[in-house]
Amino acid sequence: MTDMPTKRSSTPNRTASVTALACAGLAMGMVGLAFASAPLYDMFCKATGYDGTPRVGLAPTQVAMDDSMVVHFDTNVASTLPWRFVAETPKIEARLGETKTVFFRVKNTGTTPSTGIATYNVQPGLMGSFFVKIQCFCFNEQTLQPGETMDFPVVFYIDPAVRADSNTAHLQELTLSYTYFASKNGQPSAALATTDGKGAKTNF
Amino acid sequence: MATATAQSGHHDAHASHTPSFFARWFLSTNHKDIGTLYLLFAFCAGIIGAFLSFGIRMEMEEPGLQYFSNPGTYNVFVTGHGLIMVFFMVMPALIGGFGNWFVPLMIGAPDMAFPRMNNISFWLTVAGFASLVCSLFVEGAPGTTGAGTGWTVYPPLSTSGHPGPSVDFAIFALHLSGAGSILGAINFITTILNMRAPGMTLHKMPLFAWAELVTAFLLLLSLPVLAGAITMLLTDRNFGTTFFDPAGGGDPVLYQHLFWFFGHPEVYIMILPAFGIVSHIISTFSRKPVFGYLAMAYAMVAIGVVGFVVWAHHMYTVGLSLQTQSYFVFATMVIAVPTGVKIFSWIATMWGGSIRFTAAMHWAVGFIFLFTVGGVTGVVLANSAVDKYLHDTYYVVAHFHYVLSLGAVFIIFAGVYYWFPKMTGYVIPEWAGKLHFWLAFIGANVLFFPMHFLGLAGMPRRYADYPEAFAGWHKVSTWGGHIFALGMVVFFIGVVLAFRSKVRAADNPWGEGATTLEWTLSSPPPFHQFETLPTIVDDHGH
Repeated sequence: MTDMPTKRSSTPNRTASVTALACAGLAMGMVGLAFASAPLYDMFCKATGYDGTPRVGLAPTQVAMDDSMVVHFDTNVASTLPWRFVAETPKIEARLGETKTVFFRVKNTGTTPSTGIATYNVQPGLMGSFFVKIQCFCFNEQTLQPGETMDFPVVFYIDPAVRADSNTAHLQELTLSYTYFASKNGQPSAALATTDGKGAKTNF
Repeated sequence: MATATAQSGHHDAHASHTPSFFARWFLSTNHKDIGTLYLLFAFCAGIIGAFLSFGIRMEMEEPGLQYFSNPGTYNVFVTGHGLIMVFFMVMPALIGGFGNWFVPLMIGAPDMAFPRMNNISFWLTVAGFASLVCSLFVEGAPGTTGAGTGWTVYPPLSTSGHPGPSVDFAIFALHLSGAGSILGAINFITTILNMRAPGMTLHKMPLFAWAELVTAFLLLLSLPVLAGAITMLLTDRNFGTTFFDPAGGGDPVLYQHLFWFFGHPEVYIMILPAFGIVSHIISTFSRKPVFGYLAMAYAMVAIGVVGFVVWAHHMYTVGLSLQTQSYFVFATMVIAVPTGVKIFSWIATMWGGSIRFTAAMHWAVGFIFLFTVGGVTGVVLANSAVDKYLHDTYYVVAHFHYVLSLGAVFIIFAGVYYWFPKMTGYVIPEWAGKLHFWLAFIGANVLFFPMHFLGLAGMPRRYADYPEAFAGWHKVSTWGGHIFALGMVVFFIGVVLAFRSKVRAADNPWGEGATTLEWTLSSPPPFHQFETLPTIVDDHGH
C-alpha cells in the first residue's frame, strides 16, 4: 500500500500498533488461562469438594455423634487392566465424625506384572466436601506381580457439618467409588486404544 | 447516527492501479478484495456443508439405514456439517466477508489497519478448511474414515474413541482457522478504534461497525480458550498427557467447561454481525434512522459480556450442584433482555416508517420472526429441569437451527441482496431475491419446525436410525430440505442473471434511507477510497 497518502497512515499507525499489541497480549493471556485452568480446576475441586472430590484430612480429629450415614463401596477396573478389585464389605454404617477403616483387596489375575492407579469420587457429588479421607491407596501407583494379592486400607470420617448444610442435611447414604486404571506411563490415549483394539473403555 | 456530508473524493488515477490477477487475488492486501475472497470461500464451503446436510436428511427420511452402511460415517457427516457451517461458512461470510468489505467503508477508513495481516487471516482460514477436508478421508474411529465426534469434540470419544489421525486433522483445522480469526479480530479492533473518519465518534458509528467491534472482542477472548482446550486434547491423544483422562487424574468435564467457555460466545460471534446488518436493512427500507441507536449498540455489548458467563447451560447433565444450575438458568435468561431490546427496536424502527418490501427487506423481516422463534425455544432450554429432558434431542437441533440456519444464514442472504449492487455494481433481479426468500422461508420452516415435535417425543440427535414412530415428521423435514435447496438454485440463477444482464447499479440504489458512508461511493467502490477524508456531521434532526 505504498500509494496510500502518508496523511492517513502515519498518525494512526503508532496508536494502531499499541492497540494491536494490547489485543495480542489479551489473546495470549487467554491461552495462558486456558492451560492454567487444568491445575486450577484440580485445586478448586480438592479445596471445595466440588463434583464429588473427597477432602484429604491429616488426622482423625472429629468427635463421633449419634447420627450416622451408610457408606456404600463401589469398585471398578478398567478393561485394559487384568485385575480383580473388591471391598471387604459392600457397605458400612458410619457415625458422623467417627473414623472408620475399610480394606480393599486387589488381585492381578493376568500373566504379567502390571501397574495400576485408582481414581475416586463420592456420589452424590455434594457430599465431596464432607467426606474426609485420612489414608488411601489411591494416592499412589501400585505394581502387582502375576497372581499377587494386596490389601489396602482406606481411613475416613464423615464431617458432622454435613447436617448443617441445607443441601445435604437430609442425606442418609453415600457411595465411595473407585476405578483402577492401567498406569499409562506417558502413553498417548489414542495409541493405547490402538494396541488394545477395543479402546480404553471404562466402567464408570 | 451520523451522515456524511462531503462526497469522498477519489482519484481515477489510483483506480487504474489495480494489480495483475495473481497479485490481486492471491497476494491481496485490499480490504474489498479480501472481503470478496472471504465471501466466495464461505459460499464454496457452504455448498460442501450443505451437501453433507443433504446426506443427513436423505438418511433420516426413513427409518433404517438407506444410504450409510456404517452409522459412524453418518456421524462424520454430522460433524463435518457442523464444523464447516460454523467455522468456514457463517464466520467467514459475516466477519471476514461483510466485515472486511463494509467496516472500513462505513467508518471512512481507506483500508484495514494491517492489510497484510488481513491476507494471512484469509489464507489461514483456507488452510484450516483444507485440513478439515483431509480429516474426512483418513481413519478416525476404528474402521471408519473421518471424525465422528460432533463439532464439540468431547473426550473420551475424541481421544480413545478415535485412535486414527482424523481428529488430529480436525484439531489442526480449528487451530488454523482460529489463528486466522484471532488475527482478523485484532485487525478489526485496531481499525475501528484508530481509523474512524474525523467526527465519527464511537457513539456515531454505524451499528454494523459496532457489531463487528463487539464480535472481535468476543473472538479475542474466547478463541484462545478453544485453542488451549484442543491443544490439550491433542497432547492427550499423542503425547501421553492426561488433562481430560481420569486414568491420570484428569477430568473430561473440564474439557466441556473449556469448550463451552468458547462455544457459547461463539454463537454470539455468529449472530452479532447479523444483528448489525439487519439494523441497517430495516432502517434503510423503513426510511427512518434505527430506533434507539444507543440502546441497540449497548444491547450488543451486554449480550457479549453476559454471553461469557452462561456457558454451563450446555452441560446441565454433567452433575452441577443445584446452586450452580440456578445461577446458570438465571444468567441465561437475562440474555433475553438485551435481545428483546433489539427485537423491539427493529419493530419500532419499522413502525410508522415508509416501508419498501425489497428482497433484502423480506429477508430481514423474515429473520426477525424466525430468530424470535429460536430465541423463545432458547428460553425454554435455559431451564435446567426442562433441559435434562430435552438435552441432545432434536428440540435442541431445532432451536439452534432457528437461530443460526434461519438467523445468521438468512442475514447472510439479506446482506448479499442489500450490498450486491454496491459490491459488484450490478443488480440481482428483485423477483429472484423474493422467490428465493419465500422458498427458503417455507422450506426452512418445514425443515426445522417438525424437529421440535421430534425432540419433545424423545428423538435423540446424532443417530442414523430411529424407531418407526418418528418416521412421519422426519419425512416432512426432508421435504423442507428439498424446498430450501430449490431456493438455493433460484439464488444462483439470480446471481448469474445479474452478471449476464449487466444492469448497472446506482451509487445509492436504495434512496434516502441508506445513510451510511458506503452509499456515498461509486458502485462498485474505487480500488482505494477515502483518500480525501469524509467529514461526519451530527444530524440531530433524526
